[in-house]
Amino acid sequence: MTEINSIGIVKANTAYFDSPLTLKSGEVLPQFHLVYETYGTLNADKSNAVIICHALSGNHHVAGKYAETDKNAGWWDNLIGPNKPLDTNKFFVIGLNNLGGCHGSSGPSSINPETKVPFGARFPIVTVEDWVDSQARLLSYLGISQLAAVVGGSLGGMQALQWTIAYPDLVRHALVIASAPNLTAQNIAFNEVARQAIMTDPEFHAGDYYAYNTVPRRGLRIARMLGHITYLSDDAMGEKFGRKLKDTIKYGFDVEFEMESYLRYQGDKFAGEFDANTYLRMTRALDYYDPALEFDNDLSAALKVAKAQFLVVSFTSDWRFSPARSREIVKALLDNELTVSYAEVTAAHGHDAFLMPDAHYHAILRSYLQKIEV
Amino acid sequence: MLSSAQNNVNNTNLMTKYRQDFAIIAGWVSFGSKVLDLGCGDGSLLQFLRSGLETKGYGVEKDDANWLACLQNGTNVIQMDLEAGLSGFEDQSFDTVILSQTLQAMHNTEAIVQEMLRVGREIIVTFPNFGYWRNRIQITRGNMPVSKSLPYEWFNTPNVHLCTIHDFDQFCKNHNISILERKVITDAQEISFMPNLFGNLAMYRLKSQ
Repeated sequence: MTEINSIGIVKANTAYFDSPLTLKSGEVLPQFHLVYETYGTLNADKSNAVIICHALSGNHHVAGKYAETDKNAGWWDNLIGPNKPLDTNKFFVIGLNNLGGCHGSSGPSSINPETKVPFGARFPIVTVEDWVDSQARLLSYLGISQLAAVVGGSLGGMQALQWTIAYPDLVRHALVIASAPNLTAQNIAFNEVARQAIMTDPEFHAGDYYAYNTVPRRGLRIARMLGHITYLSDDAMGEKFGRKLKDTIKYGFDVEFEMESYLRYQGDKFAGEFDANTYLRMTRALDYYDPALEFDNDLSAALKVAKAQFLVVSFTSDWRFSPARSREIVKALLDNELTVSYAEVTAAHGHDAFLMPDAHYHAILRSYLQKIEV
Repeated sequence: MLSSAQNNVNNTNLMTKYRQDFAIIAGWVSFGSKVLDLGCGDGSLLQFLRSGLETKGYGVEKDDANWLACLQNGTNVIQMDLEAGLSGFEDQSFDTVILSQTLQAMHNTEAIVQEMLRVGREIIVTFPNFGYWRNRIQITRGNMPVSKSLPYEWFNTPNVHLCTIHDFDQFCKNHNISILERKVITDAQEISFMPNLFGNLAMYRLKSQ
Protein backbone atom coordinates (compact mmCIF):
# COMPACT_ATOMS: atom_id res chain seq x y z
CA MET A 1 0.00 0.00 0.00
CA THR A 2 1.23 3.49 -0.81
CA GLU A 3 2.06 5.58 2.21
CA ILE A 4 -0.21 8.55 2.94
CA ASN A 5 1.12 11.77 1.37
CA SER A 6 3.53 9.83 -0.80
CA ILE A 7 4.18 11.22 -4.23
CA GLY A 8 3.49 7.65 -5.37
CA ILE A 9 5.03 6.02 -8.41
CA VAL A 10 7.69 8.06 -10.17
CA LYS A 11 9.95 7.54 -13.14
CA ALA A 12 13.35 8.83 -14.15
CA ASN A 13 14.02 10.86 -17.30
CA THR A 14 17.21 11.66 -19.14
CA ALA A 15 18.22 15.02 -20.61
CA TYR A 16 20.93 15.01 -23.31
CA PHE A 17 23.15 18.04 -23.86
CA ASP A 18 25.13 18.34 -27.07
CA SER A 19 26.90 21.65 -26.51
CA PRO A 20 30.22 21.37 -24.68
CA LEU A 21 30.54 22.10 -20.98
CA THR A 22 33.84 23.66 -19.92
CA LEU A 23 34.74 22.43 -16.47
CA LYS A 24 36.50 24.36 -13.73
CA SER A 25 39.61 22.26 -14.33
CA GLY A 26 39.72 23.51 -17.92
CA GLU A 27 38.72 20.15 -19.35
CA VAL A 28 35.77 20.12 -21.69
CA LEU A 29 32.91 17.62 -21.78
CA PRO A 30 31.82 17.74 -25.44
CA GLN A 31 28.44 16.26 -24.54
CA PHE A 32 26.78 14.87 -21.45
CA HIS A 33 23.49 13.66 -20.09
CA LEU A 34 21.73 14.05 -16.76
CA VAL A 35 19.16 11.70 -15.31
CA TYR A 36 16.43 13.43 -13.33
CA GLU A 37 13.00 13.05 -11.76
CA THR A 38 10.26 15.59 -11.20
CA TYR A 39 7.43 15.67 -8.67
CA GLY A 40 4.38 17.90 -8.77
CA THR A 41 3.35 20.13 -11.66
CA LEU A 42 5.11 23.12 -13.15
CA ASN A 43 2.65 26.02 -12.89
CA ALA A 44 1.65 28.25 -15.80
CA ASP A 45 4.18 31.01 -15.12
CA LYS A 46 6.85 28.47 -14.18
CA SER A 47 7.47 30.10 -10.82
CA ASN A 48 7.20 27.04 -8.57
CA ALA A 49 10.32 25.04 -9.47
CA VAL A 50 12.56 23.71 -6.70
CA ILE A 51 15.78 21.86 -7.35
CA ILE A 52 17.13 19.33 -4.85
CA CYS A 53 20.92 19.05 -4.82
CA HIS A 54 22.17 15.73 -3.54
CA ALA A 55 25.05 14.98 -1.22
CA LEU A 56 27.93 12.52 -1.50
CA SER A 57 26.03 9.33 -2.21
CA GLY A 58 22.65 10.71 -3.27
CA ASN A 59 21.01 10.72 -6.66
CA HIS A 60 17.97 11.81 -8.64
CA HIS A 61 15.58 9.43 -6.89
CA VAL A 62 14.62 11.83 -4.12
CA ALA A 63 11.00 10.85 -3.46
CA GLY A 64 8.43 8.23 -4.34
CA LYS A 65 8.93 4.69 -5.60
CA TYR A 66 9.41 3.15 -9.02
CA ALA A 67 7.05 0.32 -8.15
CA GLU A 68 4.69 -0.42 -5.26
CA THR A 69 6.93 -3.35 -4.39
CA ASP A 70 10.06 -1.18 -3.94
CA LYS A 71 11.41 -1.68 -0.45
CA ASN A 72 12.58 1.90 -0.09
CA ALA A 73 11.30 5.24 -1.34
CA GLY A 74 13.57 8.05 -2.55
CA TRP A 75 16.26 9.30 -0.19
CA TRP A 76 14.41 12.43 0.98
CA ASP A 77 10.88 11.05 0.73
CA ASN A 78 10.06 12.19 4.27
CA LEU A 79 10.39 15.81 3.08
CA ILE A 80 8.77 15.75 -0.34
CA GLY A 81 5.20 14.86 -1.31
CA PRO A 82 1.64 16.13 -1.17
CA ASN A 83 1.20 18.07 2.11
CA LYS A 84 4.72 17.22 3.21
CA PRO A 85 7.05 20.09 4.23
CA LEU A 86 8.13 20.47 0.59
CA ASP A 87 4.59 20.23 -0.71
CA THR A 88 4.26 18.89 -4.24
CA ASN A 89 0.74 20.35 -4.43
CA LYS A 90 2.49 23.72 -4.51
CA PHE A 91 5.96 23.10 -5.89
CA PHE A 92 7.44 21.43 -8.94
CA VAL A 93 10.40 19.56 -7.52
CA ILE A 94 13.39 18.45 -9.57
CA GLY A 95 15.89 15.85 -8.42
CA LEU A 96 18.89 14.96 -10.52
CA ASN A 97 21.98 12.81 -10.46
CA ASN A 98 25.04 15.00 -10.60
CA LEU A 99 27.64 14.85 -13.31
CA GLY A 100 30.20 12.19 -12.47
CA GLY A 101 27.53 10.19 -10.67
CA CYS A 102 26.80 6.51 -11.04
CA HIS A 103 23.01 6.45 -11.25
CA GLY A 104 22.53 7.28 -14.90
CA SER A 105 24.12 10.68 -15.50
CA SER A 106 27.39 10.98 -17.41
CA GLY A 107 30.10 9.65 -15.14
CA PRO A 108 33.11 7.37 -14.92
CA SER A 109 30.98 4.25 -15.31
CA SER A 110 29.07 5.52 -18.35
CA ILE A 111 30.19 4.75 -21.89
CA ASN A 112 32.54 7.23 -23.50
CA PRO A 113 30.93 7.83 -26.92
CA GLU A 114 34.38 8.27 -28.45
CA THR A 115 35.87 5.00 -27.24
CA LYS A 116 32.69 2.94 -26.70
CA VAL A 117 34.04 1.75 -23.34
CA PRO A 118 33.41 3.20 -19.86
CA PHE A 119 35.23 6.48 -19.17
CA GLY A 120 36.83 5.10 -16.02
CA ALA A 121 39.81 7.16 -14.93
CA ARG A 122 39.42 9.35 -18.03
CA PHE A 123 36.25 10.94 -16.75
CA PRO A 124 37.30 14.44 -15.64
CA ILE A 125 37.25 15.76 -12.10
CA VAL A 126 34.02 17.68 -11.64
CA THR A 127 33.44 20.40 -9.05
CA VAL A 128 30.51 21.93 -7.23
CA GLU A 129 30.71 24.81 -9.70
CA ASP A 130 30.50 22.39 -12.64
CA TRP A 131 27.49 20.67 -11.10
CA VAL A 132 25.66 23.94 -10.70
CA ASP A 133 26.50 24.91 -14.28
CA SER A 134 25.13 21.60 -15.51
CA GLN A 135 22.04 21.99 -13.31
CA ALA A 136 21.45 25.40 -14.90
CA ARG A 137 21.54 23.67 -18.29
CA LEU A 138 18.93 21.21 -17.06
CA LEU A 139 16.79 24.11 -15.91
CA SER A 140 16.75 25.74 -19.33
CA TYR A 141 16.15 22.32 -20.90
CA LEU A 142 13.00 22.16 -18.76
CA GLY A 143 12.06 25.68 -19.87
CA ILE A 144 12.41 27.20 -16.41
CA SER A 145 14.04 30.62 -16.12
CA GLN A 146 14.02 31.01 -12.33
CA LEU A 147 13.95 28.69 -9.34
CA ALA A 148 11.55 29.31 -6.47
CA ALA A 149 14.16 27.57 -4.34
CA VAL A 150 17.26 25.46 -4.34
CA VAL A 151 17.51 22.97 -1.47
CA GLY A 152 20.52 20.97 -0.38
CA GLY A 153 22.07 19.31 2.65
CA SER A 154 25.78 18.75 3.23
CA LEU A 155 27.51 18.70 -0.18
CA GLY A 156 24.06 19.59 -1.55
CA GLY A 157 24.10 22.71 0.62
CA MET A 158 27.35 23.74 -1.03
CA GLN A 159 25.59 23.51 -4.39
CA ALA A 160 22.69 25.59 -3.08
CA LEU A 161 25.20 28.22 -1.94
CA GLN A 162 26.99 28.07 -5.29
CA TRP A 163 23.70 28.59 -7.14
CA THR A 164 23.27 31.94 -5.41
CA ILE A 165 26.81 32.98 -6.40
CA ALA A 166 26.90 31.69 -9.98
CA TYR A 167 23.29 32.44 -10.93
CA PRO A 168 22.07 35.15 -8.56
CA ASP A 169 19.11 36.07 -10.77
CA LEU A 170 17.96 32.48 -11.16
CA VAL A 171 17.40 31.68 -7.47
CA ARG A 172 14.79 33.29 -5.23
CA HIS A 173 15.44 31.18 -2.13
CA ALA A 174 18.32 28.98 -1.00
CA LEU A 175 17.95 26.41 1.76
CA VAL A 176 21.47 25.55 2.91
CA ILE A 177 21.29 22.68 5.39
CA ALA A 178 24.03 21.01 7.46
CA SER A 179 26.61 22.51 5.17
CA ALA A 180 29.80 24.59 5.18
CA PRO A 181 31.51 27.20 3.02
CA ASN A 182 34.44 24.78 2.59
CA LEU A 183 35.77 21.63 4.21
CA THR A 184 37.92 21.68 7.32
CA ALA A 185 41.29 19.92 7.31
CA GLN A 186 39.71 17.12 9.35
CA ASN A 187 37.06 16.60 6.69
CA ILE A 188 39.64 16.53 3.91
CA ALA A 189 41.54 14.00 6.00
CA PHE A 190 38.54 11.68 6.23
CA ASN A 191 38.06 11.99 2.48
CA GLU A 192 41.70 11.15 1.85
CA VAL A 193 41.49 7.99 3.96
CA ALA A 194 38.39 6.97 2.02
CA ARG A 195 40.14 7.56 -1.30
CA GLN A 196 43.24 5.70 -0.18
CA ALA A 197 41.08 2.72 0.79
CA ILE A 198 39.69 2.66 -2.74
CA MET A 199 42.87 3.42 -4.68
CA THR A 200 45.02 0.90 -2.82
CA ASP A 201 42.50 -1.88 -3.43
CA PRO A 202 44.22 -4.25 -5.90
CA GLU A 203 40.99 -4.37 -7.87
CA PHE A 204 41.10 -0.63 -8.54
CA HIS A 205 43.36 -0.95 -11.61
CA ALA A 206 44.04 2.81 -11.67
CA GLY A 207 40.33 3.47 -12.07
CA ASP A 208 39.84 1.24 -15.12
CA TYR A 209 38.48 -1.77 -13.23
CA TYR A 210 35.50 -2.01 -15.61
CA ALA A 211 37.82 -3.44 -18.26
CA TYR A 212 38.84 -6.16 -15.79
CA ASN A 213 35.25 -7.02 -14.94
CA THR A 214 35.82 -6.27 -11.32
CA VAL A 215 35.21 -3.52 -8.75
CA PRO A 216 37.34 -2.35 -5.79
CA ARG A 217 34.74 -3.63 -3.36
CA ARG A 218 36.99 -3.81 -0.31
CA GLY A 219 38.14 -0.24 -0.71
CA LEU A 220 34.70 1.15 -1.32
CA ARG A 221 33.35 -0.80 1.62
CA ILE A 222 35.95 0.61 4.00
CA ALA A 223 35.41 4.12 2.61
CA ARG A 224 31.71 3.84 3.34
CA MET A 225 32.26 2.38 6.82
CA LEU A 226 34.49 5.32 7.65
CA GLY A 227 31.90 7.72 6.29
CA HIS A 228 29.15 6.20 8.41
CA ILE A 229 31.19 6.65 11.57
CA THR A 230 31.49 10.36 10.86
CA TYR A 231 27.83 10.88 9.94
CA LEU A 232 26.69 9.80 13.40
CA SER A 233 27.40 11.42 16.73
CA ASP A 234 29.09 9.45 19.51
CA ASP A 235 25.87 9.78 21.53
CA ALA A 236 23.64 8.56 18.71
CA MET A 237 25.95 5.60 18.13
CA GLY A 238 25.98 4.85 21.85
CA GLU A 239 22.22 4.98 22.01
CA LYS A 240 21.67 2.89 18.89
CA PHE A 241 24.36 0.25 19.40
CA GLY A 242 26.22 0.86 22.63
CA ARG A 243 28.37 -2.16 23.41
CA LYS A 244 25.60 -4.54 22.44
CA LEU A 245 26.79 -7.96 21.25
CA LYS A 246 25.10 -10.04 18.60
CA ASP A 247 25.66 -13.12 20.72
CA THR A 248 28.55 -13.59 23.15
CA ILE A 249 32.22 -12.70 23.04
CA LYS A 250 33.94 -15.30 20.85
CA TYR A 251 37.57 -14.24 21.15
CA GLY A 252 37.93 -13.76 17.41
CA PHE A 253 37.57 -11.16 14.71
CA ASP A 254 34.19 -11.96 13.25
CA VAL A 255 31.26 -9.62 13.80
CA GLU A 256 30.59 -9.67 17.53
CA PHE A 257 29.39 -6.15 18.34
CA GLU A 258 26.20 -4.73 16.86
CA MET A 259 28.23 -1.70 15.83
CA GLU A 260 30.44 -3.86 13.63
CA SER A 261 27.43 -5.57 12.16
CA TYR A 262 25.89 -2.22 11.21
CA LEU A 263 29.08 -0.92 9.60
CA ARG A 264 29.70 -4.11 7.66
CA TYR A 265 26.10 -4.16 6.47
CA GLN A 266 26.26 -0.53 5.33
CA GLY A 267 29.66 -1.08 3.71
CA ASP A 268 28.57 -4.20 1.84
CA LYS A 269 25.34 -2.64 0.68
CA PHE A 270 27.10 0.44 -0.60
CA ALA A 271 29.94 -1.45 -2.28
CA GLY A 272 27.37 -3.45 -4.19
CA GLU A 273 25.61 -0.46 -5.69
CA PHE A 274 27.98 2.53 -5.83
CA ASP A 275 30.83 3.26 -8.21
CA ALA A 276 34.27 3.77 -6.71
CA ASN A 277 35.33 6.33 -9.33
CA THR A 278 32.24 8.36 -8.53
CA TYR A 279 33.05 8.18 -4.83
CA LEU A 280 36.54 9.53 -5.53
CA ARG A 281 35.12 12.41 -7.56
CA MET A 282 32.38 13.31 -5.08
CA THR A 283 34.87 13.54 -2.21
CA ARG A 284 37.21 15.61 -4.37
CA ALA A 285 34.38 18.02 -5.24
CA LEU A 286 33.84 18.40 -1.50
CA ASP A 287 37.54 19.06 -0.88
CA TYR A 288 37.85 21.64 -3.64
CA TYR A 289 34.77 23.75 -2.97
CA ASP A 290 35.84 27.06 -1.48
CA PRO A 291 34.07 30.07 -2.98
CA ALA A 292 36.01 32.48 -0.74
CA LEU A 293 39.38 31.38 -2.14
CA GLU A 294 39.35 33.79 -5.09
CA PHE A 295 38.38 36.59 -2.71
CA ASP A 296 41.34 36.40 -0.32
CA ASN A 297 39.35 33.96 1.80
CA ASP A 298 36.67 36.59 2.33
CA LEU A 299 33.37 34.70 2.13
CA SER A 300 31.41 37.95 2.45
CA ALA A 301 33.11 39.23 -0.69
CA ALA A 302 32.34 35.96 -2.47
CA LEU A 303 28.66 36.30 -1.59
CA LYS A 304 28.41 39.95 -2.59
CA VAL A 305 26.72 38.97 -5.85
CA ALA A 306 24.07 36.83 -4.15
CA LYS A 307 20.49 38.08 -4.20
CA ALA A 308 18.55 35.09 -2.90
CA GLN A 309 16.80 34.87 0.42
CA PHE A 310 18.37 32.25 2.66
CA LEU A 311 17.43 29.68 5.24
CA VAL A 312 20.50 28.18 6.88
CA VAL A 313 20.05 25.19 9.19
CA SER A 314 22.60 23.29 11.26
CA PHE A 315 22.37 20.52 13.84
CA THR A 316 23.93 20.67 17.30
CA SER A 317 25.50 17.20 17.22
CA ASP A 318 26.83 17.45 13.66
CA TRP A 319 30.60 17.43 13.99
CA ARG A 320 31.38 16.95 10.30
CA PHE A 321 29.51 20.09 9.24
CA SER A 322 29.30 21.77 12.61
CA PRO A 323 27.01 24.71 13.48
CA ALA A 324 30.11 26.94 13.59
CA ARG A 325 30.60 26.35 9.85
CA SER A 326 26.99 27.29 9.10
CA ARG A 327 27.45 30.41 11.20
CA GLU A 328 30.29 31.41 8.86
CA ILE A 329 27.83 31.33 5.98
CA VAL A 330 25.29 33.29 8.03
CA LYS A 331 27.87 35.93 8.90
CA ALA A 332 28.74 36.43 5.24
CA LEU A 333 25.05 36.79 4.40
CA LEU A 334 24.55 39.27 7.25
CA ASP A 335 27.55 41.26 6.06
CA ASN A 336 25.81 41.60 2.71
CA GLU A 337 22.52 42.56 4.40
CA LEU A 338 20.76 39.66 2.71
CA THR A 339 17.50 38.22 3.94
CA VAL A 340 18.46 35.25 6.09
CA SER A 341 17.16 33.16 8.94
CA TYR A 342 19.35 30.67 10.75
CA ALA A 343 18.25 27.72 12.88
CA GLU A 344 20.47 25.59 15.04
CA VAL A 345 18.41 22.45 15.54
CA THR A 346 18.95 20.45 18.70
CA ALA A 347 19.41 16.93 17.37
CA ALA A 348 21.28 13.84 18.53
CA HIS A 349 21.86 12.21 15.15
CA GLY A 350 24.98 14.02 14.01
CA HIS A 351 25.35 14.88 10.33
CA ASP A 352 22.66 12.35 9.42
CA ALA A 353 20.10 14.54 11.23
CA PHE A 354 19.42 16.50 8.05
CA LEU A 355 17.76 13.45 6.55
CA MET A 356 15.68 12.63 9.64
CA PRO A 357 12.04 13.65 10.04
CA ASP A 358 12.58 15.55 13.32
CA ALA A 359 9.36 17.44 14.13
CA HIS A 360 10.94 20.84 14.81
CA TYR A 361 13.30 20.59 11.83
CA HIS A 362 10.45 19.73 9.51
CA ALA A 363 8.32 22.51 11.01
CA ILE A 364 11.12 24.94 10.11
CA LEU A 365 11.29 23.73 6.52
CA ARG A 366 7.51 23.61 6.19
CA SER A 367 7.10 27.14 7.56
CA TYR A 368 9.81 28.56 5.35
CA LEU A 369 8.58 26.85 2.19
CA GLN A 370 4.97 27.83 2.89
CA LYS A 371 5.94 31.50 2.77
CA ILE A 372 7.56 31.26 -0.64
CA GLU A 373 5.28 32.87 -3.22
CA VAL A 374 4.72 30.98 -6.44
CA MET B 1 5.16 18.41 21.39
CA LEU B 2 3.66 20.67 18.73
CA SER B 3 0.83 21.83 20.99
CA SER B 4 3.23 22.82 23.77
CA ALA B 5 5.26 24.83 21.26
CA GLN B 6 2.02 26.43 20.13
CA ASN B 7 1.14 27.29 23.73
CA ASN B 8 4.47 29.02 24.22
CA VAL B 9 3.87 31.12 21.16
CA ASN B 10 0.36 32.03 22.32
CA ASN B 11 1.63 32.95 25.76
CA THR B 12 4.28 35.15 24.23
CA ASN B 13 1.68 36.87 22.07
CA LEU B 14 -0.43 37.44 25.14
CA MET B 15 2.52 38.90 27.01
CA THR B 16 3.56 41.22 24.21
CA LYS B 17 0.13 42.84 24.31
CA TYR B 18 1.09 44.22 27.70
CA ARG B 19 4.53 45.39 26.62
CA GLN B 20 4.52 49.11 27.26
CA ASP B 21 7.78 49.90 25.58
CA PHE B 22 7.12 49.40 21.87
CA ALA B 23 5.87 52.92 21.14
CA ILE B 24 8.81 54.54 22.96
CA ILE B 25 11.31 52.30 21.17
CA ALA B 26 9.65 53.19 17.86
CA GLY B 27 10.23 56.84 18.72
CA TRP B 28 13.95 56.14 19.07
CA VAL B 29 14.33 54.24 15.79
CA SER B 30 14.68 56.10 12.48
CA PHE B 31 12.55 55.43 9.44
CA GLY B 32 14.10 52.79 7.17
CA SER B 33 16.97 52.09 9.55
CA LYS B 34 18.72 48.79 10.21
CA VAL B 35 17.77 47.20 13.51
CA LEU B 36 19.03 44.20 15.46
CA ASP B 37 16.70 42.94 18.21
CA LEU B 38 18.44 40.68 20.71
CA GLY B 39 16.21 38.17 22.45
CA CYS B 40 13.47 39.12 20.02
CA GLY B 41 10.90 36.60 21.31
CA ASP B 42 8.22 36.00 18.70
CA GLY B 43 9.41 38.98 16.66
CA SER B 44 6.53 41.30 17.72
CA LEU B 45 8.75 44.35 18.22
CA LEU B 46 10.47 43.92 14.87
CA GLN B 47 7.09 43.44 13.19
CA PHE B 48 5.85 46.60 14.91
CA LEU B 49 8.91 48.55 13.74
CA ARG B 50 8.73 47.08 10.25
CA SER B 51 5.09 47.99 9.75
CA GLY B 52 5.43 51.54 11.07
CA LEU B 53 8.96 52.54 10.16
CA GLU B 54 9.90 50.19 7.33
CA THR B 55 12.97 49.13 9.26
CA LYS B 56 15.05 46.21 8.07
CA GLY B 57 17.17 43.89 10.12
CA TYR B 58 17.21 40.74 12.15
CA GLY B 59 16.11 39.23 15.40
CA VAL B 60 18.24 36.99 17.57
CA GLU B 61 16.39 34.30 19.50
CA LYS B 62 17.47 31.13 21.27
CA ASP B 63 14.13 29.49 21.99
CA ASP B 64 12.86 27.06 19.31
CA ALA B 65 9.16 27.97 19.58
CA ASN B 66 9.85 31.71 19.49
CA TRP B 67 12.30 31.23 16.64
CA LEU B 68 9.64 29.40 14.62
CA ALA B 69 7.05 32.10 15.40
CA CYS B 70 9.48 34.69 13.98
CA LEU B 71 9.99 32.68 10.81
CA GLN B 72 6.25 32.31 10.41
CA ASN B 73 5.57 36.05 10.71
CA GLY B 74 8.31 36.94 8.26
CA THR B 75 10.96 38.12 10.71
CA ASN B 76 14.55 37.30 9.80
CA VAL B 77 15.77 35.42 12.82
CA ILE B 78 19.16 34.09 13.83
CA GLN B 79 19.20 31.31 16.41
CA MET B 80 22.05 31.85 18.82
CA ASP B 81 22.86 32.32 22.47
CA LEU B 82 23.53 35.95 23.38
CA GLU B 83 25.78 34.81 26.21
CA ALA B 84 28.36 33.90 23.54
CA GLY B 85 28.47 37.48 22.28
CA LEU B 86 27.73 38.88 18.84
CA SER B 87 30.74 37.56 16.94
CA GLY B 88 28.61 37.03 13.84
CA PHE B 89 27.99 40.75 13.51
CA GLU B 90 30.42 43.37 12.22
CA ASP B 91 31.37 46.55 14.08
CA GLN B 92 28.90 49.42 13.69
CA SER B 93 26.84 47.41 11.18
CA PHE B 94 23.43 48.37 12.64
CA ASP B 95 21.79 51.73 13.27
CA THR B 96 20.16 50.43 16.43
CA VAL B 97 20.68 47.32 18.53
CA ILE B 98 17.88 46.59 20.98
CA LEU B 99 17.89 44.51 24.17
CA SER B 100 14.34 44.73 25.40
CA GLN B 101 13.64 43.35 28.90
CA THR B 102 16.38 40.76 28.56
CA LEU B 103 19.33 42.46 30.30
CA GLN B 104 18.23 41.16 33.70
CA ALA B 105 18.34 37.57 32.45
CA MET B 106 21.85 37.80 31.02
CA HIS B 107 24.82 36.22 32.80
CA ASN B 108 27.43 38.18 30.84
CA THR B 109 25.80 41.54 31.38
CA GLU B 110 28.83 43.74 30.83
CA ALA B 111 29.91 41.74 27.78
CA ILE B 112 26.56 41.97 26.01
CA VAL B 113 26.30 45.73 26.52
CA GLN B 114 29.83 46.18 25.17
CA GLU B 115 29.01 43.93 22.23
CA MET B 116 25.86 45.92 21.49
CA LEU B 117 27.87 49.14 21.49
CA ARG B 118 30.38 47.55 19.14
CA VAL B 119 27.74 46.39 16.64
CA GLY B 120 25.26 49.28 16.88
CA ARG B 121 25.73 53.00 16.37
CA GLU B 122 23.10 53.40 19.08
CA ILE B 123 21.62 50.87 21.45
CA ILE B 124 18.37 50.62 23.34
CA VAL B 125 18.25 48.77 26.65
CA THR B 126 15.09 48.29 28.67
CA PHE B 127 14.66 46.44 31.98
CA PRO B 128 12.26 46.16 34.92
CA ASN B 129 13.31 48.64 37.62
CA PHE B 130 14.00 46.68 40.79
CA GLY B 131 13.78 49.96 42.73
CA TYR B 132 10.05 50.29 41.93
CA TRP B 133 8.12 50.94 45.15
CA ARG B 134 5.98 47.81 44.89
CA ASN B 135 9.16 45.72 44.77
CA ARG B 136 10.56 47.61 47.73
CA ILE B 137 7.40 46.95 49.77
CA GLN B 138 7.57 43.23 49.10
CA ILE B 139 11.23 43.23 50.16
CA THR B 140 10.45 45.12 53.39
CA ARG B 141 7.77 42.49 54.07
CA GLY B 142 10.56 39.97 53.75
CA ASN B 143 9.74 38.47 50.34
CA MET B 144 11.32 38.50 46.90
CA PRO B 145 9.10 40.64 44.66
CA VAL B 146 6.63 38.96 42.35
CA SER B 147 4.70 41.25 40.02
CA LYS B 148 3.47 41.72 36.48
CA SER B 149 6.92 42.86 35.37
CA LEU B 150 8.72 40.27 37.54
CA PRO B 151 6.33 37.36 37.17
CA TYR B 152 8.56 34.66 38.65
CA GLU B 153 9.20 33.08 42.02
CA TRP B 154 12.76 33.30 43.36
CA PHE B 155 13.34 29.62 42.58
CA ASN B 156 12.28 29.66 38.95
CA THR B 157 13.21 33.13 37.78
CA PRO B 158 15.44 33.50 34.73
CA ASN B 159 16.40 36.93 36.07
CA VAL B 160 19.91 36.81 37.50
CA HIS B 161 21.02 40.44 37.25
CA LEU B 162 18.20 42.65 38.42
CA CYS B 163 19.12 46.29 39.00
CA THR B 164 17.64 49.67 39.79
CA ILE B 165 17.69 52.81 37.66
CA HIS B 166 20.37 54.24 39.95
CA ASP B 167 22.45 51.12 39.48
CA PHE B 168 22.21 51.30 35.71
CA ASP B 169 23.00 55.02 35.59
CA GLN B 170 26.14 54.22 37.59
CA PHE B 171 26.92 51.29 35.27
CA CYS B 172 26.82 53.60 32.24
CA LYS B 173 29.04 56.15 33.95
CA ASN B 174 31.59 53.51 34.94
CA HIS B 175 31.63 52.03 31.43
CA ASN B 176 31.89 55.34 29.55
CA ILE B 177 28.46 54.98 28.00
CA SER B 178 26.55 58.12 27.08
CA ILE B 179 22.88 58.19 28.02
CA LEU B 180 21.23 59.92 25.06
CA GLU B 181 17.75 59.53 26.49
CA ARG B 182 16.10 57.80 29.42
CA LYS B 183 12.41 57.17 29.86
CA VAL B 184 10.77 55.52 32.80
CA ILE B 185 7.23 54.24 32.63
CA THR B 186 4.62 52.66 34.84
CA ASP B 187 1.41 51.31 33.29
CA ALA B 188 2.14 53.17 30.05
CA GLN B 189 2.51 56.49 31.97
CA GLU B 190 5.80 58.30 31.77
CA ILE B 191 7.27 58.92 35.23
CA SER B 192 9.44 61.97 35.80
CA PHE B 193 9.06 62.41 39.58
CA MET B 194 11.36 60.08 41.53
CA PRO B 195 11.60 57.56 38.67
CA ASN B 196 13.68 55.08 40.63
CA LEU B 197 10.84 54.80 43.14
CA PHE B 198 7.79 55.19 40.93
CA GLY B 199 9.04 53.77 37.65
CA ASN B 200 8.33 50.18 36.73
CA LEU B 201 10.12 49.90 33.39
CA ALA B 202 13.39 51.68 32.58
CA MET B 203 14.29 52.47 28.97
CA TYR B 204 17.62 53.84 27.81
CA ARG B 205 18.97 55.06 24.48
CA LEU B 206 22.74 54.80 24.67
CA LYS B 207 25.94 55.13 22.69
CA SER B 208 29.66 54.83 23.32
CA GLN B 209 31.39 57.94 24.61
